[in-house]
Amino acid sequence: MTDRTFSGKDRWLLPEGIQEVLPQQAEYLERLRRDLLDLFHTWGYELVIPPIIEYLESLLIGTSDDLDVQTFKLIDQLTGRLMGVRADMTPQVARIDAHRLKREVPTRLCYMGTVLRTYPDGFARTRSPMQIGAELYGHAGIESDVEVLHLLVETLALTGIKQVHIDLGHVGIFRALAQNAGLDAEQEMTLFNALQRKARPEIEDLLAQVKTSAEHRHWLTRLVDLNGGEEVLDEARSLFKKAGAPVLAALDNLQQIAALAHRRMPSIPLHFDLAELRGYHYQTGVVYAAFVPGHGQEIARGGRYDDIGRVFGRARPATGFSADLITLISLSAVQTPYQVHAILAPVDDDVELLDAVRDLRTAGERVIYALPGARGDAAEMGCDRVLERRNGQWVVVKLTDVR
Amino acid sequence: MNETLTIALAKGRIFKDALPLLAHAGIVPVDDPETSRKLILDTNQPNIKLVVIRSSDVPTYVEYGAADVGVAGKDVLMEYGGDGLYEPLDLKIACCRLMLAGPVAFKNSEARMRIATKYVATTRRYFAAQGKQVEIIKLYGSMELAPLVGLSDCIVDVVDTGNTLKANGLAPLELIANISSRLIVNKASMKMKHEVVHALIARIAEAVAAPGILPPTALTRPCAAEMKEQKRTNIAKTPK
Repeated sequence: MTDRTFSGKDRWLLPEGIQEVLPQQAEYLERLRRDLLDLFHTWGYELVIPPIIEYLESLLIGTSDDLDVQTFKLIDQLTGRLMGVRADMTPQVARIDAHRLKREVPTRLCYMGTVLRTYPDGFARTRSPMQIGAELYGHAGIESDVEVLHLLVETLALTGIKQVHIDLGHVGIFRALAQNAGLDAEQEMTLFNALQRKARPEIEDLLAQVKTSAEHRHWLTRLVDLNGGEEVLDEARSLFKKAGAPVLAALDNLQQIAALAHRRMPSIPLHFDLAELRGYHYQTGVVYAAFVPGHGQEIARGGRYDDIGRVFGRARPATGFSADLITLISLSAVQTPYQVHAILAPVDDDVELLDAVRDLRTAGERVIYALPGARGDAAEMGCDRVLERRNGQWVVVKLTDVR
Repeated sequence: MNETLTIALAKGRIFKDALPLLAHAGIVPVDDPETSRKLILDTNQPNIKLVVIRSSDVPTYVEYGAADVGVAGKDVLMEYGGDGLYEPLDLKIACCRLMLAGPVAFKNSEARMRIATKYVATTRRYFAAQGKQVEIIKLYGSMELAPLVGLSDCIVDVVDTGNTLKANGLAPLELIANISSRLIVNKASMKMKHEVVHALIARIAEAVAAPGILPPTALTRPCAAEMKEQKRTNIAKTPK
C-alpha cells in the first residue's frame, strides 16, 4: 500500500533513508571532517571534490551491477544523455587521476562527500552516506597497500573508535583457483555468491556439477575454512602447494602485506579470510575491512584495484579505502566532544562594545547578541558567560558571577 | 576468552530439533521457552544466551549482530536474500520442501498464473528463471485456502507431510527447493569471536554427522512417497 496523500500534516516527512544532521551532531561532524582532512593532508593526500552528478558511463566503470542498481538516474535535458547521482566516489576519483591529473609520480588523493543510494544499506539503513576515503595511484608494491591500511586505522583512531579488528583477504587466490578449475563466468559468479555466505552445502553441491578434477574441487571447497588468525596463511600454503604460481603469488603478497602491517601497527589484531572477496568485480589484490566489537557489520573497507583507470585511457596501480562518516560517528567512544560555550552580549551601538565583540570573535569565541524583546535568558541561549559593562569597561562575566 | 554469545532460534519445531545439537555442544537452556515469559533465555553456560523469535526474524537479528549465531530454515534464508550473513552448516533438521501446489486437475494455460504465497521474492525468482511471468499475491497464512476460494490458481508454500494439501483437494506440482535448517553466523562475530564461534560450529557439525543425536523425526524425509522427484533447481541444495 502506498501513501497516496501527502497532506499538509506530513509535509515534514523526509524520504526513507535520508537524514539531516542537527546542530550538536553537525558541529561534531564538521570538526571531525576538518580534523580528518588535516590528517590526510599531513600524510600527503590531496583533497579532490568530484561533482555530485555526472554521465553514467564515467560513473559506472569497472564495477558491478550492484552499483548500477544503487545509482539514481536522471536525463540531462541539455544533451538527452543519462546522468547518475554518485553512489560511490571511488570511480570519480579514479577518473580524476587517470584523465585530469595524468601525473607520472605516485598520486595520493582523498575525498569526502555525500553519496546517494537507491536502497538503504547497512545498520544505519541510510540512503545518503557521507563517504570519506583515500586513494593512492601509481605504486604496485605492498608499501602502498600498507600505507593506505595504516591511514584507515589512523582515521578510525581519530574518530574515537577503539578495538579495531582488520580482516584481510586476497581476490587473487579465488580468481586463480576458479580459472585453474575451468569455471565459466556464470559458475564463477554462483560460486562467488555462495562463498560470500560461506554456504558450504551449496558450494559442495555446485562444485559437484562442475567438470574438474577432485583436487581443484577440494581447493575451492576448502576456501570456506581458511579464516582465522595467522595460522590460516600457513595452512593455505601447504594446502595450495600444487595449485600453481598465481595462487602462491597472491598468498605471498598477502603474507608480506600482513607482516608489514603488523610491524607498522602491532596493536591492531589481524584476521584472515581467504573466502571474503569484497568488491570482487573490480578489486585485483589485497582486500580488507575493519570491524569493531558490538557492531555486526564492517565499518570501513579497502583494497587494491589496479587498472581501474584503463577506461579513461590510463591504467595505473591503485589502492584505497572508504568509509561512511555517519556510521563512524555513531560508533565513536567520544560522546559530546566539542562543547560550545557562548557569550551573550547586549545590543548596543557603543563602539567599545562592538570592538569587544569583534575581538572575542577573532579569538574564536562565540558571541551572541541578546535581541531586544526576545525570549530566553543567557543559559537558555546556550551561553555560560555574558558581556557586561563594569566600571566603564566591557568585561566577560561568568553567569554565576552576574549580579 | 569469556565473550558472550547470543544464539537466535525460531520458536516451535526448529527450537525442539536444535536442542539436541546444542546439547552436544554443551549448551542447555535453563528456561523453557514454552513456559517462560523471558525473551532472552539463560543457558547452563553463563556467557551463552538464547533468543527465541519468529523464524523470519532470525536472519535480521544475525545479519545486524543482535545475535551472533542463529538457526534458520533455508526457505527463510532464500526469501531474505542477500549475502549479509554466513550459512556454513546444513543442520538437516526441520526438513520439508518448498513446493508449487495447486488443484489436482490444474492445467497451466497461456494466461498468467496467479500465485498466493508468503515467499514473494523466492517465487518471483523461481518463475523468472523459467521465463514465466506470474502474478503474486502476498499472504501470511492458510495458503491452501487461496485456490479454493478463487483468490489464486496455485500456491507456493513449504510442504511437510502433504496432508493439508490433500485434505483441501490440492496436489504438489513442482519442487522449488528442498528445505532444511541452516546454522547462520554474523560476519563480524565470525571474525571477532572466532574461537568461540568456530568451536561451536565444529561441535554442531559433529552432532549433525553423528548417528543417534538427531531425533529420527527430524530426519524423516516428508511425503517422499507422494511426490515425484523433480529435477533439482539451482536455487538450493538437496539434503543428503
